[in-house]
Amino acid sequence: MTWIRRLPAACAGLALNAATGVAAWALLALAGVCAVVSPLPGAAAARPWALGLVHRLARFHHAAAAGQPGRELSWLALHAVAGPSSLLLVALTVMSVGQIMNLRPLDNSRAQSVTLSLAMLAILAVALALVLVLQSTQTRLARVLLRPGRVRQLTESRAAVVDAQAAELRRIERDLHDGAQARLIAVRINLGLIKGADDPEQVRALAGRAWEDTGQALADLRDLVRGIHPPVLADRGLTGAVRAAALLCPIPVEVDIELASRPQAPVESALYFAAAEALTNVAKHSGATRAWVRARHAGGVLRLTVGDDGRGGADPAKGTGLSGISRRLSAFDGTLSVHSPPGGPSTLTMELPCALS
Amino acid sequence: MRIVLAEDLALLRDGLVRLLTAYGFEVAAAVDNAPMLLDALARHRPDVAVIDVRLPPTLTDEGLRAALEARRRWPGLPVLILSQYVEQLYARELLSDGSGAVGYLLKDRIGDVDHFVEAVRRVAGGGTAMDAEVITQLLTRRGHDQPLGQLTAREREVLELMAEGLSNAAIAARLLVTDKAIGKHTNNIFAKLGLPPSDDHNRRVMAVLTYLEALPG
Repeated sequence: MTWIRRLPAACAGLALNAATGVAAWALLALAGVCAVVSPLPGAAAARPWALGLVHRLARFHHAAAAGQPGRELSWLALHAVAGPSSLLLVALTVMSVGQIMNLRPLDNSRAQSVTLSLAMLAILAVALALVLVLQSTQTRLARVLLRPGRVRQLTESRAAVVDAQAAELRRIERDLHDGAQARLIAVRINLGLIKGADDPEQVRALAGRAWEDTGQALADLRDLVRGIHPPVLADRGLTGAVRAAALLCPIPVEVDIELASRPQAPVESALYFAAAEALTNVAKHSGATRAWVRARHAGGVLRLTVGDDGRGGADPAKGTGLSGISRRLSAFDGTLSVHSPPGGPSTLTMELPCALS
Repeated sequence: MRIVLAEDLALLRDGLVRLLTAYGFEVAAAVDNAPMLLDALARHRPDVAVIDVRLPPTLTDEGLRAALEARRRWPGLPVLILSQYVEQLYARELLSDGSGAVGYLLKDRIGDVDHFVEAVRRVAGGGTAMDAEVITQLLTRRGHDQPLGQLTAREREVLELMAEGLSNAAIAARLLVTDKAIGKHTNNIFAKLGLPPSDDHNRRVMAVLTYLEALPG
């Protein structure tokens, strides 16, 4: 009976839409009047108000506000009509129930009063069902109309990729600077001291320190390389690399990847890091006892799913892990969908259009 | 002791040849790619092959594949794989035929000359030399499991050295204690982990690794 639980929220949503719809009328009317009185400044004054309202409403509908004023204002105009439509539903319901109440039966038989009560109940039930339908329709309308256009999507994903790359380069620079480079400087200092030293004991101690530092520099470089492009990915492709990542996961991970051949290197790398990030999330947050990774290529789309039997509740809006995966995939027109109800289990599905080489 | 060496970077190849020769090994051939490696192995039938994971022509895991291929052709051929990184996946593949005489070490370890030379000798003698990094990864992964949690810090240290392929005597020398003390530790470890006791070095490594791998999460 989930629909009963959804009712209060749906009613509140409809009421809000009705109110904001009326407000939209007022705003549009105001904008119209302003535009007639003083065309340019008037419209300019009303615009931020209208857009502010749109953004707040978009957030309520969990719709992505496109950031394209034209689209947003036309949605607002539509909302002015669609929003208050629920008032019509209320009026109709009240009217029909009132009609029945006002009927004056010819004889006051029990059969008749039961029939009329049932009719009223039926009308109420239909009205409640319509509340749900109307509310979800309004929400869908908002999501569809406010969805960013293709060009906008591409611009955003490109910007995200450029940002991520810049951040990645900065990280590599910092790691080299604080890690291997610093160690090599220390080695050089110690070797310099050795060149000028006479005491064999001191030479041995300095050589020992230089030896330790080169070992640490190697370890730093190894970690860095793994983060840039894990060698096992180059060696064994997605299948081997995910299997290797699964071996490092503290819980058992079943890996089932069947790909006829390898995708392009950048795609492979994006999918690998997405899968590895997902496994890290599972290990860190899910409390799962086991997990699985599955990948198949069909109809020009590579679909990779990561599932676990943990406590669920993963939300892309919270934390950077999932949004990071989503950003990585969006660079290749890929998508991430998360199914993770509270109590679990969770499934992450990554889809990426690509050809296998 | 005769060695065939495969390493594509000239700097490291020359260094290794010099080091191995200095320690009394005879380097029968030093090659820089996988096809030549298989030829050299067929011609020289060395006591041990020391092979870099990454070799031409593909510059991926060609060396490892060649090593596995060589062991299919000549079962039990001792191979020591060197690499700039370790992957448990590769350690598993190397150990999977169960015949021992396998080593898998980070190239960093060459700098620890005595231990490196000891590892080459051990592998040539049919023993095992797993890099400490492989063991650390396994232990970190399995760190929260109950039986491992029961081990004392010292027993864990002994377990790591045992999984690297060291004998009790070698572990005793490394930790500067008596053989008898190590014997006591290993018996405790075997008892706590439910492993069948065994004196055969290679079987000890296999037992430890299998235990660490196969444990349900």
